Amino acid sequence: MSLHAWLLLGAFLAVLLSTTKPLGLYIAHLMEGRLRWTRPLESGLYRLCGVRPDEEMGWLRYALALLLFNVLGVLAVYGLQRLQAVLPLNPQQMAAVAPDSAFNTAVSFVTNTDWQGYAGESTLGYLVQMLGLTVQNFLSAATGIAVAIALIRGFARHSAATLGNAWVDLTRATLYLLLPLSLAMAVFLVGQGVIQNFDAYREAATLDPAQSGPQLLAMGPVASQEAIKMLGTNGGGFFNANAAHPFENPTPLTNFVQMLAIFLIPAALCVTFGRMVGDTRQGWAVLTAMTLLFVVAAGAAMSFEQQGNPRLAALGVDQAAGDGQAGGNMEGKETRFGIADSALFATITTAASCGAVNAMHDSFTPLGGLVPLANMQLGEVVFGGVGSGLYGMLVFAVLAVFIAGLMIGRTPEYLGKKIETHEMKMSALAILVTPLLVLLGTALAVSTEAGRAGIANPGAHGFSEILYSLTSAGNNNGSAFAGLSANTPFYNLLLAAVMWLGRFGVIVPVLAMAGALAAKKRIAATAGTLPTHTPLFVALLIGTVLLFGLLNYVPALALGPVVEHLALWMDA
Amino acid sequence: MKTLVRPAVSLFLLLSALTGLAYPLAVTGIARAVFPEQAAGSLIRDDRNRVVGSALIGQQFGAPQYFWGRPSATAPRPYNAAASSGSNQGPLNPALVEAASARIEALRAADPGNRQPVPVELVSASASGLDPHISPAAALWQVPRVARARGLPEARVRSLVESHAEGRQWWLLGEPRVNVLQLNLALDALGP
Repeated sequence: MSLHAWLLLGAFLAVLLSTTKPLGLYIAHLMEGRLRWTRPLESGLYRLCGVRPDEEMGWLRYALALLLFNVLGVLAVYGLQRLQAVLPLNPQQMAAVAPDSAFNTAVSFVTNTDWQGYAGESTLGYLVQMLGLTVQNFLSAATGIAVAIALIRGFARHSAATLGNAWVDLTRATLYLLLPLSLAMAVFLVGQGVIQNFDAYREAATLDPAQSGPQLLAMGPVASQEAIKMLGTNGGGFFNANAAHPFENPTPLTNFVQMLAIFLIPAALCVTFGRMVGDTRQGWAVLTAMTLLFVVAAGAAMSFEQQGNPRLAALGVDQAAGDGQAGGNMEGKETRFGIADSALFATITTAASCGAVNAMHDSFTPLGGLVPLANMQLGEVVFGGVGSGLYGMLVFAVLAVFIAGLMIGRTPEYLGKKIETHEMKMSALAILVTPLLVLLGTALAVSTEAGRAGIANPGAHGFSEILYSLTSAGNNNGSAFAGLSANTPFYNLLLAAVMWLGRFGVIVPVLAMAGALAAKKRIAATAGTLPTHTPLFVALLIGTVLLFGLLNYVPALALGPVVEHLALWMDA
Repeated sequence: MKTLVRPAVSLFLLLSALTGLAYPLAVTGIARAVFPEQAAGSLIRDDRNRVVGSALIGQQFGAPQYFWGRPSATAPRPYNAAASSGSNQGPLNPALVEAASARIEALRAADPGNRQPVPVELVSASASGLDPHISPAAALWQVPRVARARGLPEARVRSLVESHAEGRQWWLLGEPRVNVLQLNLALDALGP
């Protein structure tokens, strides 16, 4: 890894971590209702909607509220796509989207996955992009934040029957966190060249017309969607090429800001957590574990991509890094981003549950592509999705104290709460539901004609494409080895089911655990309590995450990227 | 359950209107007032006010007197700016090696005297299929061909490339690059 790549990674972490504390504290104050200035607008909204903001909800009611709210989202996004031919703001006269694709996209954006079987610029009109997809970019992120806050309250409260009010949490996260950040970021993006208009596609005469004839430039309200796509770790591109498209991500600076935006809220929520449970060291411990895992993954991806492709080297292609070029494996990468910014982006987008891409992961080197795949398979708890990263990591923390409890022979406890049978059942469920969906789904796809028909690349890489798609859907990431032709009824329905269960099959047990934790008494720490803010615990937490990831997925990874790596370099 | 329905429906509608209509319209309004050029696509116009492209979107070049950009995998033709896409070919895919060989052959055929190894960006398809840039190395490699086709001294063309090269932003972000469309426009402005 070059000095430049290290400096880039260092600068990224330095800027990110400088925002973490102020934003994290702001979120804590906001979600606990301690900001007076938010009240006038909020209370008007609640009156209009028939929300009683003081009503406290038990875990089941909280979960039902979120489920209902998200089902409405699926219906709305599905309906808008099916009706888009007769709706306004559709200058390219896009036709109604096919039912299977519309359903897949609806579930995809509601579950914060943003897996895209369709190509944006040739499928969706501007109204669907805004009123369908942009809305879900906000609301799915708000849902994730609400669940994380409810789980934190489970630890923070004692002898309590309730976790807060879902409507209030959704509203505050949307109005006072996601909206202002998005507005500022969107305006910045436009200044850098991201488009924002409602024009019909523009025709441009080209310079060398013998080659291509006039060029039709896709248009649209891109910046407003791009901002929340990153801040909400959604990742669904306005265009097919996502953040590799120059109109979505025109400069190295927009790229840097987009990378920061992905980790901004997930990192800050660690501080929110520490603050709300009354011990900031707990939040920093979780953040440290995340950061260490991330640095290793980013370093690996950048190194593997810089190695280039031995098959091109055999043709005499110059892949060496020098003053005049980035070198390395440039297939599927943009010149302005080169190797370091592309590999770093790929690591960030899969460590978080974002799934935006600024380079085509399908064309990564085998081990370079293994990094994003493995990141998702760890459950996206390395910063992770907005909200979902923190609640995922806290489930692993519960598991870690349980394992430690077995080793030292004491009843495990975390943050003054005894971890008992019910909590272990719920956390086991939350951890196991995703690998189960991913591996069974992959098995189904590779053993059916309809599943294998989507493969674009021959050999082990074809298997990786399928494994990647199910991994991405099950973990609500949304990035792809995009060669896979996934816009078929088979994949649209399979992946929609996996996305839905991968989202709410985790959220419901997490809320159930939160409810049980809130009801417990807080016990005082004794000499026998395992402290959970120490380097030892950070190591234990990292070990637990890696252990489960490896146990679940190593056989599948061996069949895909590992075999491909050996084949690529064997005769090189 | 019943007491959840009304808040769910009305909150959903209200937040939808706010985030799906008010917010994008507000951004559009601000963008149009503050950054009208960028919001409309950074379009480049010729002296007859005709749009000849966007400063951010690459175009296909194949004539010897122009610098060529990255190979583009968009369908049905390269640099289709209404259907962005990469090749999505894996590193072991035989089609990837074939495409690279064909591209090297075309580059060599257009400049038989050039014995330097071909820079990787001239044989590898970009992620978007619309990459407006190539590396300075990839531009300099093409200088002899372009100079010969235009009857210009190589030094003149080389200095034009160098004046169009952008470095890393703040020595840190991105990679050195040359905007191919703008370089070719500058070439045309030099005269035949």
